Amino acid sequence: MDIIQIEDFSITYADGAESLRGINLGIKEHAINVLFGPAGGGKSTLLRAINRLNDLTDVKEVKGSILFKKENLLDSKLDVTRLRRRIGIVFSRPMPLPMTVTQNVTYGLEVAGEHDRGKLNEVAEKALRQVFLWDEVYDRLNDPAIAISGGQQQRLCLARVLALEPEVIMLDEPTSALDPVSTARIEDLLQTLKEKYTIILVPHNVQQSSRMADYAAFFLQGELIETGEGKKLFIAPEDKRTQDYVEGRFG
Amino acid sequence: MTAFEDQSQLKGAHWQERFGDAALWVLSLITVLPILGIVIYIIYKGAPGITWEFLTSMPTNGMREGGIFPAILGTLLLTLGCFLFAVPLGIAAGIYIAEYAKDTAATRAIRIAIISLAGVPSVVYGLFGLGMFVVFFKMGVSILAASMTLAIMTLPVVISTTEEALRSVPNAFRVVSISLGATRWQTVWRIILKEGMPGILTGVILGLERAAVETAPILFTGAAFYLPTLPTSPLDPTMALPYHIYVISTQVPGMPLTVQYATVLVLLFFVLVMNLIATFVRSRARARRQW
Repeated sequence: MDIIQIEDFSITYADGAESLRGINLGIKEHAINVLFGPAGGGKSTLLRAINRLNDLTDVKEVKGSILFKKENLLDSKLDVTRLRRRIGIVFSRPMPLPMTVTQNVTYGLEVAGEHDRGKLNEVAEKALRQVFLWDEVYDRLNDPAIAISGGQQQRLCLARVLALEPEVIMLDEPTSALDPVSTARIEDLLQTLKEKYTIILVPHNVQQSSRMADYAAFFLQGELIETGEGKKLFIAPEDKRTQDYVEGRFG
Repeated sequence: MTAFEDQSQLKGAHWQERFGDAALWVLSLITVLPILGIVIYIIYKGAPGITWEFLTSMPTNGMREGGIFPAILGTLLLTLGCFLFAVPLGIAAGIYIAEYAKDTAATRAIRIAIISLAGVPSVVYGLFGLGMFVVFFKMGVSILAASMTLAIMTLPVVISTTEEALRSVPNAFRVVSISLGATRWQTVWRIILKEGMPGILTGVILGLERAAVETAPILFTGAAFYLPTLPTSPLDPTMALPYHIYVISTQVPGMPLTVQYATVLVLLFFVLVMNLIATFVRSRARARRQW
């Protein structure tokens, strides 16, 4: 079932940067939806449109619609703070906020109005356990988040999103700044998380795309070229451009 | 033969390096020495005049004897008044310009105006205060009018350092905070302002320091030549250190030199303490900074 339906979606920026043209795509529930393709193809733009982080950028024109459970996310009257709690995002570089490990996890809940310390600590522990970070940092919960390793920081960023109990988790090249061991941990984690959440992943290379995809969509220069289930796009793509990219002829 | 084996060339570079170091050292010394000389001379001449009585009692015998307490108190009151008006307003304006204002022609004009205002001579602020607060708002020559005049002078400094401090906070924090469902104000309040605070405080202290030692802005708006009693309300005029120094060094015949130097020394001490606080705040913040 499609939890998010993107229909005829186009976006252009005021400064003429990366844009998207006529995108039609369904995001499948409880699956890893992979968006892949060479840099500048519009994958990040799409993620930022889905949870309206685009509002922070100078957008010139938006067309079409993005329906999330029948609700148009592009509606200007939409409560964007509530939307961002339901659709979380993890960025390519670990970006802990300048506060302690626990505070990083509870930040989203605190700004949502939760002040009960006991409840917050409980949620923090649960989220940190979900990303298998608890055992590594339980004695450093009150240390600055910047003090833990890069791989741990990225899992912390994931825990921070999980603490809000979102419905969709978007990850924009979450392992591009990580070593192979940390990368493997994040990938394993995503495989277990998809039971409970819908995941949209922008992998940082083709190999990761093919490893992780339940559904894949190939983006090239602002257009959606091809979509497919499972490994289809990586084994038997229909479009020549998809094939060339997957086989490493460009990109 | 490679360049590295060419000993003469290496030696040349070595001597150049030595000469450069020495030149920079001498130049630094030339900058520091006069200041050091002035400070030491003032301490030497003024220290004998500094007594508990000098700091805490009223002036007597046409200000030639007794203490300078009213001037010290006056400067403290004016600085406090300036703080109360300039800081909340200045920080608020800085936050608006850095975090909310869109980059339009109007915003840019405001920014240029603020920078230009920081360069306006203080006597112009004094005359503005005279016209605006003393005369137009009928505050009279008073602590209130002088504080507000000093505040107007300090505002551009507070606004631009606030803006600067907030802009130096990495943008990633804003994006992350917003992405976790925080509103713009929550982001500013919980993260940006907190991280920018040391920079803001440094600017505030340096701005206040300038306000505390200026003579021209208070000359027409609140400073008194001599008052036999302490001020009892914000609408009273007050004596103040910088103006007092001007008065006793030019307007009072037969003024003992020690009293003059001691008064200057007190003002210098004021400046030193505020500078130390600013330095302390900054270095502490730098050590604790997490980015």
